[in-house]
Amino acid sequence: MTDSSPSDLIVARGLTKRFGDLVAVDGIDFTVAGGEAFGFLGPNGAGKTSTMRMIGGVSPVTAGVLTIFGLDPAQHGAQIRARLGVVPQADTLDLELTVRENLIIYARYFDLPWSEGRKRADELLEFMQLKERSKDKVDDLSGGMKRRLTIARGLINQPDLLLLDEPTTGLDPQARHLVWDRLYRLKQRGVTLVLTTHYMDEAEQLCDRLVVMDKARIAAEGSPRELIDRYSTREVLELRFPIDEQPNLDGKLKDVAERVEVLADRVLVYTSDGDAAVAAINRHGIRPESSLVRRSTLEDVFLRLTGRRLIE
Amino acid sequence: MALPSALHVVEHNAVVFRRLWRGNIMVSFFTPLFFLAAMGIGLGSLVNRSSGGVNGVPYLDYLAPGLMAAAAMQTAAVEAMYPILNRIMWDRIYDAMLATPVAVRDLVFGEVAWFAVRMVIVTAAFWVVMTLFRIGHLPESLLAVPAAALTGLAFATPVMAFTATRRNDNGFAAILRFVITPLYLLGGAFFPISQLPLVLQWVAWATPLAHGVALCRGVVLANIGPGEAALHLLVLVVYILAGLALAWILLLRRLSK
Repeated sequence: MTDSSPSDLIVARGLTKRFGDLVAVDGIDFTVAGGEAFGFLGPNGAGKTSTMRMIGGVSPVTAGVLTIFGLDPAQHGAQIRARLGVVPQADTLDLELTVRENLIIYARYFDLPWSEGRKRADELLEFMQLKERSKDKVDDLSGGMKRRLTIARGLINQPDLLLLDEPTTGLDPQARHLVWDRLYRLKQRGVTLVLTTHYMDEAEQLCDRLVVMDKARIAAEGSPRELIDRYSTREVLELRFPIDEQPNLDGKLKDVAERVEVLADRVLVYTSDGDAAVAAINRHGIRPESSLVRRSTLEDVFLRLTGRRLIE
Repeated sequence: MALPSALHVVEHNAVVFRRLWRGNIMVSFFTPLFFLAAMGIGLGSLVNRSSGGVNGVPYLDYLAPGLMAAAAMQTAAVEAMYPILNRIMWDRIYDAMLATPVAVRDLVFGEVAWFAVRMVIVTAAFWVVMTLFRIGHLPESLLAVPAAALTGLAFATPVMAFTATRRNDNGFAAILRFVITPLYLLGGAFFPISQLPLVLQWVAWATPLAHGVALCRGVVLANIGPGEAALHLLVLVVYILAGLALAWILLLRRLSK
């Protein structure tokens, strides 16, 4: 645990959220500094959204300490929310309004003058590549466009901190890359991003630093690189075998593999040298249906930490 | 802080309404027109011929102010159901609003303020039609607009509280069928409550509609004393405030978990 400094935008110590008997967040500690992109990586139900809702000042903290901009959300909720941008998991766009109206009306909730709201709406529609759709009803937009509009809406008050809950869940690859590109640009402009995701590639792309969450707790913390170095090997050999024909590998890869994970559909061989592992497989006469050497990812980190996969 | 944020909620509703107002005003205008023509002139001529009107006034004059209060009730109930539940759990507009400086309190006050605006629009349209039928003493009959609007609000806030507890819209049809429609037909708009069995008379007087109808009718026919008017007004205000408090508590519980 690091001590907090004045530049820290979010400080959580022993942060806990309970719904009746259910413990959604179980005493977690983390700090987010200004200008960084911080992520919560974990499977559904790990407590990410509950944490985000507490940071967003809409969900009361059950126990522990949470400050945002140095303020207590229980006392200064409106003041905190005035400086936050929130992109919730569900888009919550107003289907009765047009694309542009959604932004202008949202600006009003922050007490921005109509003229300023219109100006910012047009800028953000341009930035999010939605300008041609300004006059359309929200319902006519694709999933990716709705997501971009929700992000634009979260930026209307020029927030000091942008909270993104599962920003690309449910989007097709092309739409995801466009969202990532825009978020990357925001990051370069110095906007502090806090996001949750269960996609390890998203966490790797966007996060300077992240915590891995599992079962309401933080399992590990660090930059993507650090986490991979700490909890995984440099390379991974993935082997696929015909169904019900997984061979007994016990001991055979001891000299080339640090660790072997047998999953339902494949075998993962954790090693510093993938090619050497392939050679060892061949030497032992093991014939997989396919084999692939790849770099370690956060998925491997998660598997190592929890014994489970991120998306099941 | 509270006031501006609540006003932004009103603005939101006004922007949404801007797209619907033409059709909406037409309905607010033509419904009373048809009702007064059919019930008042058609049915009324029979009533007038056989008994010389109701309580000493022609049937149309008796009917119109009561119908005005009942129409406000009907509109208010529906508006406090589907659009509110939509904002709570289908489109989840409230979640979006609550991520800004807007708080649950602002949301509740904003919605109730908007109900008031809607009620005034509906009742003013009704008043225009009524006045075209040459019903009511001017200028006293103008007081029927706030009186009927308050009647609507006395239903809007309790129904909003009910809506705050809903997980789906199943309960709404039941409320409309078993509360609103019976009140509309039996609550004093079409005939005097004194015609009902005694038990039902008590039930009727326990609801805001009977008081709203009596108040509207009293000001339109200019035959109500200030004491009686104040009593009816008090009942309406109590319902409005109780519903508001309940809606606030229930929405707070539901939306800020």
